[in-house]
Amino acid sequence: MAQRSRLHLPHPPARPGEKPDFSYVTLSPAGAVPRPEAKAPARTVENLGRELVRVLDDDGRAVGPWNPHLEPEELQVALRHMLLTRLFDDRMQRMQRQGRISFYMKSTGEEAVSVAQAMALQPGDMLFPSYRNQGLFIVRGRSLVDLMCQCLSNTRDMCRGRQMPIMYHWGAGNIFSISGNLATQFPQAAGWARAAAIKGEDHIAAAWIGEGASAEADFHHGMTFAAVYQAPVILNIVNNQWAISTFQGFAGGERRNFAEYGPGYGIPGVRVDGNDFLAVYGVTRWAAERARQSGGPTLIEHVTYRAGAHSTSDDPSRYRPKEEWAAWPLGDPIARLKQHLIALGEWSEERHAALEKQLEAHVIACWKEAAGFGTLTEGPRLDPATMFEDVFHEMPQHLARQREELRRLAPAQPAKGSADESSLDTRPAAVAKEG
Amino acid sequence: MANMNMVQALNSAMDIMLERDPRVVVLGEDVGYFGGVFRCTDGLQRKHGEHRVLDTPIAEGGIVAAAIGMGVNGLKPVAEIQFADYIYPAFDQIVSELARLRYRTAGEFSAPVTIRTPCGGGIRGGQTHSQSPEGVFTHVCGIKVVMPSNPYDAKGLLISSIEDEDPVVFFEPKRLYNGPFDGDPHKPAVPWSTHPKGAVPEGYYKVSLSKAEVVRPGKDVTVLAYGTMVHVAEAAVRLAQVDAEIIDVRALAPLDTDTLCSSVCKTGRCVIVHEATRYSGFGAELAATVQEECFWHLEAPIARVTGWDTPYPHAFEWEYFPGPGRIAAALTRVMEDR
Repeated sequence: MAQRSRLHLPHPPARPGEKPDFSYVTLSPAGAVPRPEAKAPARTVENLGRELVRVLDDDGRAVGPWNPHLEPEELQVALRHMLLTRLFDDRMQRMQRQGRISFYMKSTGEEAVSVAQAMALQPGDMLFPSYRNQGLFIVRGRSLVDLMCQCLSNTRDMCRGRQMPIMYHWGAGNIFSISGNLATQFPQAAGWARAAAIKGEDHIAAAWIGEGASAEADFHHGMTFAAVYQAPVILNIVNNQWAISTFQGFAGGERRNFAEYGPGYGIPGVRVDGNDFLAVYGVTRWAAERARQSGGPTLIEHVTYRAGAHSTSDDPSRYRPKEEWAAWPLGDPIARLKQHLIALGEWSEERHAALEKQLEAHVIACWKEAAGFGTLTEGPRLDPATMFEDVFHEMPQHLARQREELRRLAPAQPAKGSADESSLDTRPAAVAKEG
Repeated sequence: MANMNMVQALNSAMDIMLERDPRVVVLGEDVGYFGGVFRCTDGLQRKHGEHRVLDTPIAEGGIVAAAIGMGVNGLKPVAEIQFADYIYPAFDQIVSELARLRYRTAGEFSAPVTIRTPCGGGIRGGQTHSQSPEGVFTHVCGIKVVMPSNPYDAKGLLISSIEDEDPVVFFEPKRLYNGPFDGDPHKPAVPWSTHPKGAVPEGYYKVSLSKAEVVRPGKDVTVLAYGTMVHVAEAAVRLAQVDAEIIDVRALAPLDTDTLCSSVCKTGRCVIVHEATRYSGFGAELAATVQEECFWHLEAPIARVTGWDTPYPHAFEWEYFPGPGRIAAALTRVMEDR
């Protein structure tokens, strides 16, 4: 028969009703991947993109050269941050279902990525998050009330009612604004890091995107600019296997790992068990050390699984088996760190249950406080005329005229519960510590 | 005062700002060692160093994104996009990021980036080296859009743009780089030294980003033009022998409505001229504004003279280009209307 050119159409290993199959996820045993010195030439560490850096073994023991050897107290803090992130997500999802907020995106199953990386980096390092990195804000100490007020678009919303829920930012906490347009932050982080190097500062940048967004041109711009200038930046691909309904094969994951993009650009690419807090922490420390010693950028692929829906507008039961999360070979990041702490004799089921209860109460108290500043449907509301502010540094004439027109059409009416709209301080406190 | 062409004036603006403000950096394709394909950054890297005048990879989206990141980190980047025709890969970074950053973060983040880009035709550049996409950017809230028509304004406006807290897209009509151009390609080229606006102060000065300029006072009809078309309009007015008031709009967004409309209210007639295509072009915004503000003063319908609604055709450049003949015909027609 004559040879014919045929297109390949990627198919995920299992659809609804079929048995989950993660045999395509290649694993290395915990502790098996050697840790090169931080300034090793990119060409000599190409194996790091083909293997999988892991520290926690099946029995919850920390093994091998990537173990960051953290104190038990630090591990307990990490567990608390991850648990708080999960409970916060669960609460917000419920509030969306009740119609109190318009939209939400959980990070369930991926908490180790944000929490370990934020803990491994320094407070002055600039973070360029994607939309499933709420753990970064929690580790850096942004109060849950502030995050909730953003989701509520209320009178204390840091975005002043201009962004959908979860599009946070935090200038004082060195966390950049989340964009709904995917991957835009990747080349921006490279530019930020370039500026830090120009100014002779020691801070580095870190950016996150999903494996699906690595198909965007901005991913490649970020890689190219970071590589050309050897910018001090850590570029992270969170490979959670699913981009809404398309599996990672549609982003090109069938024939090579996402970390293997790195060597093509002359950047080390490290593939890490994204559900292993210690491995993520250890790899991030390695990349940060490299960046701070003028060793340039690192690409990290975090192999993890999106346990929840893409967003509250999504229904994953229509495109993937319900049992996938249970079958995921790398487990649950919170359960694994908990198991490790228990194995160390530094934690117990009782302490875990008590912490969970305490954090749940904290989240509920935060929600009550946040809702007091207004919700989409009730309570005080920002003056709609504020929508004309911050388009420019100084309001130009045409916007001032439009604002007057709006005021004539819809005079600001103090909503229930707000005595004097004009005296309301609508700007959230710049820095507020999580209780 | 010195005689400068537009290239030298732009170079001087960047040189002065690199000198005055350590936060200023210049980046773009070929802008460093080589000094730019139009020579606008000639000598700047040698003088200010490789860390402040940077060559970049050929990735316009990456250039603007890197500039945004630099701006967020306290620098004042001046990014060059080699031709306005190449700005589209950067569109998402300009529209969704650069223009919106201050707004979406309620003022916590902003990036004071200036994007310089040569635009316009008349250089046998075909459709990929001749476009005038200003109307695509004036439609985006959160960026300022300017287009100078002469060396004096070019330098003063560029300094203002670099100092501005907001992002600016700075269009440079490339046909004007080396001399004023009246729309007749058969005449020998004229250098800027023959034009009063070719006399440029050597030091620091600014031209406002929010003011139009009356370049020829008149009482019969107002011509609104910018960039190359200011000079073409002057030739057309001579041809039509009308006492026209020509306004160099200069600042397209935000727009100096007062200067434009007080002129039209005075003359009662208005001809709008731009090189870009007509449909949804910037002229439509000008016409609507004039109609809203000056309706009861108008003696005749507002006329538009623009590039045809086709891509810029290489072999038919001068049939496409809205030259003095077409503008003069519009002036005559508007004067005849009662």
